[in-house]
Parts: sequence; C-alpha cells; structure tokens
Amino acid sequence: MNTAQSPKAQRQPSNKSVLLEFLGSMNLAISILVVLAIASIIGTVLQQNQPYNDYIIKFGPFWHEFFSSIGLYDVYSAIWFLVLLGFLVLSTSVCIYRNTPAMLRDMRQFRLHAKAKSLKSMKHTSVWQVESEQVTTTDFIQKAKLYLGQFGFQLRDEVFDNHHTLVAKKGSVNRIGYILTHVGIVVICVGGLIDGNLSLKMKEWAGDIKIETRDIIAKEVPAISRLKPDDSLSFRGSITLPEGSSSNFVFLNVRDGYLIQELPFAIKLKDFRVEHYESGQPKSFESDLVIHDDERDKFETTISVNYPLIYRGYAIYQASFGDGGTQMNLAVRPFFTKSLDNGQVQRTELKAEVNKKTTINTSEGKYILEFDDFKKFNIFPNKDKTINKKYTNYGASIIFKARDESGQAREFVNYMSPVKLEGRYFYLSGMRETLGDDFKYLHIPMDANATMDRFFRFHAILNDDARLLQMAQTAVGAAVSDMDRNNRQMQQQVAEAMVRLVGLFRRGGYVAIDGDIQEKVPQEKQQAIAEAYMGVLQTALENMYLLVLREEGIDVSKGISDADSVFFEDAVSALAGLGFYGTPFYLQLVDFEHREASGLQIARAPGKNIVYFGCLLLIIGIFMMFYIAQQRFWLMVVKAEGDSKMELIFAGSTNRNEFGFNKRYSKFAGQLKTLLLGDTK
Amino acid sequence: MSENILPKEFQTQGWLKKLTWFDWVFAVALLAGSVYAYSRYASYMDEYEVGILFGTALSLIGMGWGWKPSRLLVVVVSGLSLLAISIYNPAMQALAETGVTGQAAIDVLNYDKEQSKFFLRFLISSQSATMWMSALFFMATIAYFVELFSRSDFAGKVATAMVWSAVTMGLVGLLVRWYESYLIGADVGYIPVSNLYEVFILFAVITAMIYLYYEVRYETRAMGGFVLLIISAAVIFLLWYHFEKGASEIKPLVPALQSYWMKIHVPTNFVGYGGFALASMVGIVFLIKERALRHNSAGIMATRLPAADILDDVMYKSIALGFAFFTIATVLGAMWAAEAWGGYWSWDPKETWALIVWLNYAAWLHMRFTKGWRGAAMAWWAIIGLFITTFAFLGVNMFLSGLHSYGGL
Ligand code: HEM
Repeated sequence: MNTAQSPKAQRQPSNKSVLLEFLGSMNLAISILVVLAIASIIGTVLQQNQPYNDYIIKFGPFWHEFFSSIGLYDVYSAIWFLVLLGFLVLSTSVCIYRNTPAMLRDMRQFRLHAKAKSLKSMKHTSVWQVESEQVTTTDFIQKAKLYLGQFGFQLRDEVFDNHHTLVAKKGSVNRIGYILTHVGIVVICVGGLIDGNLSLKMKEWAGDIKIETRDIIAKEVPAISRLKPDDSLSFRGSITLPEGSSSNFVFLNVRDGYLIQELPFAIKLKDFRVEHYESGQPKSFESDLVIHDDERDKFETTISVNYPLIYRGYAIYQASFGDGGTQMNLAVRPFFTKSLDNGQVQRTELKAEVNKKTTINTSEGKYILEFDDFKKFNIFPNKDKTINKKYTNYGASIIFKARDESGQAREFVNYMSPVKLEGRYFYLSGMRETLGDDFKYLHIPMDANATMDRFFRFHAILNDDARLLQMAQTAVGAAVSDMDRNNRQMQQQVAEAMVRLVGLFRRGGYVAIDGDIQEKVPQEKQQAIAEAYMGVLQTALENMYLLVLREEGIDVSKGISDADSVFFEDAVSALAGLGFYGTPFYLQLVDFEHREASGLQIARAPGKNIVYFGCLLLIIGIFMMFYIAQQRFWLMVVKAEGDSKMELIFAGSTNRNEFGFNKRYSKFAGQLKTLLLGDTK
Repeated sequence: MSENILPKEFQTQGWLKKLTWFDWVFAVALLAGSVYAYSRYASYMDEYEVGILFGTALSLIGMGWGWKPSRLLVVVVSGLSLLAISIYNPAMQALAETGVTGQAAIDVLNYDKEQSKFFLRFLISSQSATMWMSALFFMATIAYFVELFSRSDFAGKVATAMVWSAVTMGLVGLLVRWYESYLIGADVGYIPVSNLYEVFILFAVITAMIYLYYEVRYETRAMGGFVLLIISAAVIFLLWYHFEKGASEIKPLVPALQSYWMKIHVPTNFVGYGGFALASMVGIVFLIKERALRHNSAGIMATRLPAADILDDVMYKSIALGFAFFTIATVLGAMWAAEAWGGYWSWDPKETWALIVWLNYAAWLHMRFTKGWRGAAMAWWAIIGLFITTFAFLGVNMFLSGLHSYGGL
C-alpha cells in the first residue's frame, strides 16, 4: 500500500520527502519495534529499581557503574527508551500522514473508469460473450444491480462510449480501520507521555529538584527534594499510614532514593480492617479514611482493594498493609542464670514497639532488639490429630532480630499463646540465622498453670551450681553408702563430675557431652562411658526436677504423675536445645495493643482517559481492519460498434480474506452468469 | 426484461431471515436463563457483573447464530452442568446435617466408595470432567493421525467428535468447579480462571474451539493431529500439575483478584493465546508440507496436507483473531491494573511481556500486509511467536517476580 509510488514522486525527490519517506518507512517502524521489545525484555530480566547496593553485590562496581549510567535499572524511563518511543510515535504519525489521503480516496472511489484490460488481468475475473440483438447493456446492468444490491453493496454505474460499467463496493470502512488503529497508537503514546515522568526528569536536569537518598524522617527532607501539589502533572507515590495518623504527602521512589510529593489535602487513617479466610489468608482489607481539604470539605470514606477513591483527580488506592507500631509488653527471661536470692526466677519487663529498636543488657553483653513485625494471629494447617480441624490458630506472634555486640543477628518468631502438639501444649519460638532458612523451633512445655514458670524454675535450678552440688552429694552419698562410706574424696569427685556434666548439658545439650567424651576418652571406651554419663545426667536432672516439684508443694514420695513425667521429658528436650538458640534470653510477649497500618498508593494520571480513548480507537480500528474487507465487483458490458456481439467482464477484488472472497466470487460469477445469460440463449 | 423482481432462485435472504426456529429458541432460552439468574442472584452482583451476565448471554447467542454447531455445545454444556448442580445440592445438604461441609463434603461425594454419587464420581464432578477432557484430547490426537495416515474417513469423524466431547467436558469441568468453589465456602467462590491449573483447561478448550471452527470452514481434518499436539502438551502439563503438585485444590483468592475484571480479562486473553498457539501449529504443518513437496511430492504429507495457501490463510486468520483479542485483553488488564494497583501501566514483567508478544505479532502482521511476506519465513516466525507467548504466559510466572505472581508453580 505505502510502497505504491504516486506519479509525482517520479521527479527528483526533495529533502523533505526523503525524510518523510525514511520516517514513515516500514523498515524503520519494524526496527524500532524490535529494539523496544529487546529493551523491554532487559527490563523484565534485570529487576528494576532495586536498592543500588544489591546491584553492586550482583554485578560488581564496574558493571554497576556502566549499567546505571545507561539507565538499565530503570529502562522504561531511560532517556534513550523515551526517544525510541518518540520515534515510534513520529514514524506512525508520518505513516498516517502519508497513507491517509490515498486511503480516503480509495474509500470514496468506485473505480468506474477501470479499463477492460485491467479488469481482465485481475485475479478474480470472468469474461462472457453474448450474441443477442434484443438486450441492451442497460438490461444487464439493471439485473446485476438487483442481484448485487441485495448483498448490501453500494452501486454506481456509468455509460461510456462503447461500454457500460457497474461497480459494487462494500466494506470501505476497512480503510478507516487503518486510520483508527494507527491514530489510536499515537494517542496512547501521547497519553502515556503525559503520565510519564518526563517533566520530573527535566526538573532534575535543570537542578530544580534533587533525589533524597538518606533514611531520614519526612519532616527533615529539604525543600529541594519536595514537590508542591502543582509541581507535577502526574505521579505515583505511596505512603504507609498507621491507624490514627494522617499525612499530606506521599513518597515517590526514584532510582535509589525518593522525593516527597505534597498533596493539596490530608488523609487520615481512622481504622483499618483485614478479614481472613479460614486458612488465615487475607480475604479483604479496607481502610476508613478521613479527607481533610482546607479549600473544600472534610469527609469520610472507605476504600478497599479494587475500590479506590478518586478525589480531585487524585486516585487513592488500598495497596498493602502492615504493622503501624503495635505496643508490646514483653518479659525478658534470661537463660543460664540461677534464681534471685529471694527464690524468684529472674525476669525483667520491657516495653517495645514494632518498627523500633531497643537495647537490652544481658549476661553476655548488649543486644539490640529490632522489632520487625507483629501478627495478631497465625493460622497453620492443623498437625494435631486429636482435633478434627483443618487449621489451627497459633495466636499472636512477634518477629524480631536480636543483634549482638559483634553485629551478628538472628531472627526470631515468638508465639504468645501455647500451641497444642501431640496432645501437649508448648510455647514456640522459632530461630534462624539467615533469612532464607526455615525457622528451627524451641518448644517450651506449658505447665499446669498454663504458664512457662515451671520450665524456667527448672532451668534456673539447673543453673544454680551450689544447689546442684548439694543434690549431687546427697545422691552420690546415697548410692555409695553401702560400698565405701569412708572414701570421702572419691564421693566428692563423683559429685563434681555430676555437676560438670549438668554444666556441659545446660550450655550445649547432648552434643556438648558427646564432644567432651570424644575429646577425653579413648575410642574403645567411648561407648561405655557415654552410657554411664547418660545415666548420671539423667539422675541429676531427675533429682533437680523433683526439687522443683517439691517446691511447688507436690508430694513426690509416692512417685510423680504421668503429666509431670511427660513435662520432664519435654523440658529436658527443650533444655538440650538452648545452647543452639543463640541468645541468652527468651522474649515473652505478655500483652499488646495492636496498631495496624495501611499502605496507600496515590496517583494522579491526567493522561489516563487519553490513553483509554486511544485504546478504544485501536480496538475498533483493528476489528474494522481485520473483519471488514473492502470488496469491489465490476461488471463491464462492452459493445463493439456495429456488432451484435457483447462482452461481459465480471471482476472482483478485495484487500482482505482472499480465501473467503474466492468462494464469494465463484458464487456471484456462477449466479450472475445464469441470471444474465441464461435467458438470452 | 425490465421487471425489477429477481427470479426466486437468485434471491438471497437477509441474515435475520436465515435464522431457524432453533436459533430463536436458543436465544430465548439463553436470555430467559440470564433473567432467571439475575432475579435470583441480583443482590450478590454489582452492576458490572450484571453487565457481564447479559453480555455473556448475548455473546453466546451471537456465537451460536454465527457458528451453528456451537449452539448444541452450549445446550449440552449447560445441561450437564445443571445436572451436576442438581446432584450436588441435595447431597450437600444431607451431608451438612451430619456435620460434613465444604471441601470435605465434596470429597465424600466424589471419592467415598459408599457415599459417592455415581454421576459426580465418574462423569461430571469438576475433577472427573477434567479427566475426561484430558483423555478425549489424547485420543483425538491419535485418531487424527490415524486419519491422516490411513485415510480413514471414519477415524476422522471419530476424532472430530472426540474434540467436541473434550471441549464439552472441559467446559463442564470449569463450570462445575465454579459451583464447587461456592460449595467450599460462600466467601471462597470465584470464577475458575484464576490460577495456572484452571487457565490450562481454559487454554485447551479455547484452542480446540478455534480449531474446530477452522476445520469446518476449510473442510479439512489434516491439520487436526498437529493442532492437538499443543493441546495435548497443555493437558500433560495439567495432569502433572494436578498429580504432582495437587494444583486442582480450590484455594481462595487473594484480594487483588476479587474483581469482575477477571471474568473478562482472563478469558479474552486466552482467546489470544489460543489463536497464537493454533497459528504456530499450522506454521509447523506449513513447513512439513513445504518440505514434503520438495522431497517426496507423492508422499502422504505432500498429498494429504492442505494446500500451502490454505495453511497460510489459517495461520493469518488465527494470528489476526489472537491479536484482536489479545489487544482487548491487554487493554482490559491495564484498566484493571489502574483500579487495583493504582496505575494502568507499571512495566510489571507480565505487562511488559504482554507488550512484547503484542509487538511481535504487530510486526508479523505488518510484514505480511505491507511487505507481502508469505510462506516459510512467516511460518517460522509464527512458531517463534509461540515461544515468546509461552514465556509471557508461563515463564514470567516461573522466573520473574512482579505484581502478577499469583499463578506461580
Ligand atoms: C506499534 C505500532 C503499530 C501497530 C500496533 C500497528 C498495527 C497494525 C495492525 C494491527 C495492522 C493490520 C494488519 C492486518 O490488516 O492484518 C496494521 C496495518 C498497517 N500498518 Fe500498522 N501498526 C503500527 C505502526 C505502524 C507504522 C509505524 C506504520 C508505518 C510505517 C504502519 C503502517 C501500516 C500499514 C501501511 C498497514 C496496512 C494497512 C492496509 O493495507 O490495510 N503501522 N498496523
């Protein structure tokens, strides 16, 4: 179509037309499409707009510098990408400009002037000879008009010197389809450009604004990194609002920093709600917002996912949610320490807030606690076979990192309420050393009063060396009394060994004892010694446990209950794991005041409706182009002068769907031939 | 000779007059069904969903009138799905009295040896119907090749019948799954086009339907086996996904997906994917045909496969169809994104790949129309197009992260 040269173009082309030729050429258009596609692929493979540190780690400083300078971290707003888009718009526009006149002409024209020769050379053509005195050319044309007219063709005929031509035309809007499609694309790109961040880039180049990269609070961000409401035609930013708080700005993320975009109104989050499915997955979340607009009014509204608020051209979306600084009362319960002198197990209260840090002093130095998240409930598939439920709720949990003085951090998740597992209740605390790992859990058994107290008393007494020694001496005394009452020294040695074993156990569990044996005992005796050690350890632990029970006022003279003995087993398993837990304390969540936060996204996109309009043009145009074929049929009746012979030429042409047209042409030709010639014989 | 009435045999009727009584009954039944659904469920629908309900009825009427065999398809699929519902309903209520509800109750009715319902267990529960669909597609693939090599007309007819049946079962599977999702929980229910498992069924069904349309249009079954290869591949993935990953389990939707947009965005998209997939398989047939003509022009492939210009035409038509629908789907996606994520275009990997796919086929169409490219090059390009499309469809979910990462493996 666009390759057909108009006769005028035969002359020496001017510079302007050469330029237009180049810009509107298919080759240029296709090349731009291909380059855009490749650039887009890069943008999806290379994660965009990540923190620059991540890139440095991934690519090394050299490549990082290179990639960042050619804008690969933000391909879609890189200047070369925008220039390419601009060229696509230009090329398409030129294409429209050059093709439209011809298309419109083609639409309107019936081509009544087609020559017999050119009709005969068409792909779909038939020639019929008639020998008749009675019929006139008009008779043929009239009949053909009746016949073709019923298929919805536009008809036009004209009498020429020696022939009469009828043209039937249909589907010319196909050409409009071309125009709509391509205009649509230009319109979409223009709308997109309005909503793009070009104006922001300009301001940045001009030095009017500067990206803020420091992690500081919003109030301290200098004016050069702030945009007034009227400064930007379009933007897309986000803000996290804790319940009860309000904001009149949003953050715009730009490369490795951000800008502050001020709004002409303030948004207050009154309340935030999440609903959950039985499985604990969020079902819906919504925010009750109060909009304060000094110039206009103040009103309340609720937004939820898929249902944004559109106000003064600003669209406010429910994007995400998180913790807005839940207040927590915690108890720090130290490990590896004995009870206080008054017999109380050590425990200190701690107030904390999610998203904040706190420092605590422990027997092993300072720890920084970073409270990352709080969850009001945690739903997991039910593992306890004694309950017929698909899911169980583990209750509230806190997620925090504990960083020691060397900067090493471990992540913990501690559940507030006990969880039933295999018929018994445990307080769970998950720990992991690196983010990608699964949590490993410490199971602290719950006592009869539904607390962890007995466990911690048991733990404290095992860390009380004086009481351990006392217990060991009594135990050894009872055991050796028959054999050798006099060997005091040996008794003392056995008792001390017992204390040492417990000491190994409480810091490193069974592994520590194993290690000790490996180190000190010759290979061939290890097995025997290990068994002996286990026996001694078991005795010691049991005796200490009995002490705990006795202090609780339980009569143990006739043995202990099943529950108490199961508790013992569970407690020992937990104690054996303490050495690997990593911190010298357990953080217990005592109570909390939940405060949620709503993640809002606020956008202004004045180009949106332009883009939608372009899309509409595009879609209508595509359907017109694909499914409405432009069809033309010619019936030319040629009468040679002074001759009774007449020649009928029936030709057809289309610009789409040759295959369907072929069928149609055959049908028309067959029927017309019978209709026109059948009764002239 | 000047009468202006055409003899009867040359008269053609307007399309409205060409409609038969069945066409009218079909249309009235669909509209009545929609009105009934509206009267019962209006309070659960927003205005868009009402629009979609009646829009669907009108589209089905349009499809039925324009493509006659689809009327019977609609009737049979509706009948079977209603049958499934009529079995589920009382049985679920009876079970609810014994305290068994939701997924557990569905499992009882489907799998429990004593209490299962015959029809559900063996035919029209979502799982059984999907299995039937899978089996029928496999068998149809074989039957088409038997027809191709043995020239058995009977095998060909069987193959066609199997594809129709497979489409029927696939659609029943989806519709019944839709109902089952509501049985699991009134707040869980969703249209089953929202995860990879479900859209693979949709893909197989839609691709097969487009193929069936061309089979009649071009009066050839010789492409059938090849086209069904891609459908069978999808079915193999579906089965692997089902048995290895338990993907057939109905899981509730994340909030972002709870939108009427899904009902139009996803099916439209899959007409696009279906068209592109079909085009690539026809591209393969084209290349085989061309090779056969060069090397062994008397062989089966050279003589039995459709003429090159027919293949070229089918290839173009299905790319055009795919492109038109893919364009709509992408625009709908952008509008949905504008509502759910706050921007109509975020250069999210899925969006970007949709654009890449679109640009690719736009380039294909231009080469054909403005440069007049035909033949092997275009066939190869259509095949490569399928790889790009597949990456956009599957690869993005598997390898790239983004807002669209719901449908991960
Ligand atoms: C992203 C950009 C573009 C898109 C999506 C697009 C889309 C289309 C589509 C869908 C068709 C119809 C093909 C068919 O009928 O099967 C078409 C035809 C056409 N396009 Fe484009 N186009 C774009 C850019 C351009 C450019 C830059 C030019 C000029 C160099 C151009 C020139 C044409 C021409 C001449 C036709 C054929 C019209 C006819 O003969 O019916 N297009 N385009």
